Amino acid sequence: MQTTDHNDLFTQPEYIEQFERKREFEGCSSRAEVAEVAEWTKSAEYREANFAREAVSINPCKACQPLGAVLAALGYEKTLPFVQGSQGCTAYFRSHLSRHFKEPIAAVSSSMTEDAAVFGGLSNMTEGLENAYALYHPEMIAVSTTCMAEVIGDDLRAYIKQSKDKGAVPDEVPVPFAHTPSFTGSHLNGYDAMTRGILSELSGGSAAEKNETINIIPGFDGYAGNLREYRHLLDWMGVKYTMLGDYSAVVDAPAFGEYELYPAGATTFNEVREAGNAKATVAMQQWSTVKTGEFVHDEWGQEFVAGPMPIGITATDALLAEVTRLTGRQLSKRLEVERGRAVDAMLDSHPYIFGKRVALVGDPDVLLGLISFLLKVGARPVHIVATNGDKKFKKAADALLASSPYGSDATVWVKKDMWHLRSLMFTEPVDLLLGPSNAKFLWRDTGTTFVRVGFPIFDRHHLHKRPIVGYNGAINLLADIVNTLLDELDRKAMDTPSFDLIR
Amino acid sequence: MPSPDINQTQKLIDEVLEAYPEKTRKDRAKHVKPNDPSGECSSCAVKSNVKSRPGVMTVRGCAYAGSKGVVWGPVKDMVHISHGPVGCGAYSNWSRRNYYNGSTGVDAFGTMHFTSDFQERDIVYGGDKKLAVIIDEVNTLFPLAKGISIQSECPVGLIGDDIESVAKVKTVECGKPVVPVRCEGFRGVSQSLGHHIANDAIRDHVFGKVGTDIATTPYDVTIIGDYNIGGDAWASRRILEDMGLRVIAQWTGDATIAELGNAPKAKLNLVHCYRSMNYICRYMEETWGTPWEEYNFFGPTKIYASIRAIASHFDDTIKANAEALIERMRPEMDAIIAEYMPRLEGKTVMLYVGGLRPRHIIGAYEDLGMEIIAAGYEFAHADDYKKTHPRLKEGAVIMDDATPYELEEFTKRLKPDLVGSGVKEKYAYHKMGVPFRQMHSWDYSGPYHGFDGFKVFARDMDMTVNSPVWGLVRKPAWASERAAG
Repeated sequence: MQTTDHNDLFTQPEYIEQFERKREFEGCSSRAEVAEVAEWTKSAEYREANFAREAVSINPCKACQPLGAVLAALGYEKTLPFVQGSQGCTAYFRSHLSRHFKEPIAAVSSSMTEDAAVFGGLSNMTEGLENAYALYHPEMIAVSTTCMAEVIGDDLRAYIKQSKDKGAVPDEVPVPFAHTPSFTGSHLNGYDAMTRGILSELSGGSAAEKNETINIIPGFDGYAGNLREYRHLLDWMGVKYTMLGDYSAVVDAPAFGEYELYPAGATTFNEVREAGNAKATVAMQQWSTVKTGEFVHDEWGQEFVAGPMPIGITATDALLAEVTRLTGRQLSKRLEVERGRAVDAMLDSHPYIFGKRVALVGDPDVLLGLISFLLKVGARPVHIVATNGDKKFKKAADALLASSPYGSDATVWVKKDMWHLRSLMFTEPVDLLLGPSNAKFLWRDTGTTFVRVGFPIFDRHHLHKRPIVGYNGAINLLADIVNTLLDELDRKAMDTPSFDLIR
Repeated sequence: MPSPDINQTQKLIDEVLEAYPEKTRKDRAKHVKPNDPSGECSSCAVKSNVKSRPGVMTVRGCAYAGSKGVVWGPVKDMVHISHGPVGCGAYSNWSRRNYYNGSTGVDAFGTMHFTSDFQERDIVYGGDKKLAVIIDEVNTLFPLAKGISIQSECPVGLIGDDIESVAKVKTVECGKPVVPVRCEGFRGVSQSLGHHIANDAIRDHVFGKVGTDIATTPYDVTIIGDYNIGGDAWASRRILEDMGLRVIAQWTGDATIAELGNAPKAKLNLVHCYRSMNYICRYMEETWGTPWEEYNFFGPTKIYASIRAIASHFDDTIKANAEALIERMRPEMDAIIAEYMPRLEGKTVMLYVGGLRPRHIIGAYEDLGMEIIAAGYEFAHADDYKKTHPRLKEGAVIMDDATPYELEEFTKRLKPDLVGSGVKEKYAYHKMGVPFRQMHSWDYSGPYHGFDGFKVFARDMDMTVNSPVWGLVRKPAWASERAAG
């Protein structure tokens, strides 16, 4: 039986006629008016008005702090994220992360309502901890806050202590916390604050004599594959290491006929307890580990290295060189071969990418990695938009761009959004767009070839399972870009002799 | 005396609720009941629309989700400002698939996310000044927007902002409606209050202020409470137009603000999602005497009955059209049933959805020979449960504001062949190897309403229940050992 669903149904004549009839009741603008305004939105004049706005944010590329706190908490064994505040937020965090990872995400809310707004959320927290512990048997409960709890000034430290005093959860169950106001920073800061909260709660202090291990912190990363790739790189270097906050197994769990709330494979409490004795901590991202870095440096007395995120050959080389410096372990032959393969792939594909003008939107660390990758294949970054970027990011990005002749066309825009980017792409067109799924509307509006990179990716499956970091990640990224470009090239060449069999 | 079926289910429910701390167990016991189709069994009454217990992982959302996410968001020619911090708008951006026609960013704004992105200073000094600037900026950049709504997030109410004053001034200045909506997430107990607040805002800020200049006819109806998920409302509209009726407003899927204003001119308001929009229908009835009728366009049995019920409000011409339409469509519907029933007959279903579908969609499953053994609502009220009891078999499990813990336990005990719920539940069922379909977003398929929708619904339920891929899920030996020891 042939079934027509929404993809084909609404282009059929009876529906086209229905839509036409409906216009009589819509009070809509005339088609001529719409066409005229549509054209105007592509103009330089519109761009100016668009960039003149100071108050409204339109399609920003960022989310709020507690989302990052939830993801950070998932990186530790049998840990249940607990969000103090209104319950809708937690439903949003769960669905948002589920849509990206295609996985169940466990997190609870203290379900605060009007009365909590007046009296504070202590009783909600106490009952919430008790219920969550009884029902879901976590071994750690990681508390963060929604803006409601922040505005009314809930004191997490005091509330947790009082809840424990009342026996809501056994005293020995760690309940780390982080204040994660959504009216400052973004999901990156929430990841940072929660990571710091967990490390300081579980920390076993720091020995004067450091051991030979290093700690690794992935940062807010939308790719389970990236976390696994970090392990792969360090394993092949023969380094002793601990990954702090490894949620890769939690957001990419097997189907075994049973739903496990806490899939095995996350960072254990023991690992965190020992982490203070490591000789150094390496964070793969800078913008999601600022406070965590301060903790590592101040409390554990360790050297703390953050970024650059190892996207592309150069950044991966830099990371591994840093690991060599810290541990004395050299690059293994196997990794040299892996690197060589990635370089070889780039040689094979570069003609299709060389000289291409690129627009990018996403989180700061990912953007720096992508810029570095693009410059090395001779692509030209043009528009770089980081809604949650800061001055420091702009400086770092500008320096990176200045280091290559291919960076000379680029402008870095911080605190701007995807509606700004739309104006940029209409007034100064580019050949390629890199960004999360939300950027697909820019693809539609401007017709620019689009490759999905970053977070969130909702409309393509399983991308998060493959790394975009390390040498293998460089091959994945390259393949995604070159093959998407080739797809578009073929589509364009359909009715011309250029429809080549061999590319 | 409760029947054996009811007693047996009660026993099962008691077992499941054992895991809760006493206070919460007592509370949950009022929300999870065996069904008594007569609705008379005093111990079977389901408590609803009260606060969720903290920490149980309620599936519910908030008032903002009910207002911006459900009711206002789909109104396509308005700019809806998520007023407050960045998150709410980011997470609710185009996740409900309220399809619309229009030029996005020009005269339609459905897939866009507008926010005031509150910073610390906005919390400290208030956001009203910023809001006024935002409204001006939106007006400059989107001249064809026919109105603006302000969807409040938690901080707005907590810091004492006066969005109503800003809206009042700006409505006059811009010459288009600026609608303040007090849907802060901490209000109420679920999405439900957000629906109600959104309805009230339509009443206060749209009625009598905008509309299309149309000559009325005796056949003017509205579609109310269809959010056009995957094109549902269009499939429903097709039926009504085929009956000879004129749909002067479609709320709120693919709606314009003018259509919202048109509704009071209708001869009859037709309500699909009763839970989210009965409020405004009652108001129109009280104010202008406009009758309203609940209808159900899920599956042929309910569609035929609804077509006849709708036609009964009109003259013989419409009644004849209705019968002719049913006769015309019946062979096609019978063919769909003939195709899919052999593969679906006798399969059992557990539903856990919002405030309407757990009862509304039962008929469509039954048309395919499937049986609902458990049904739950996130945010239903007492009247919803009253309507649900007679539609379910005796002893079926009814759940109000169920938790993932309960859903999993009932799944293990009842062993449904199919579970229908939301994205937060979906992937847990994939782990369990239990066929699952998203019944909020239609799992990115649709439409499911109307004749055109039933065909898609049947195909999707078949592919979900009967996909060979479920057969690949197996428990490795070591996993069973670990579970045992």
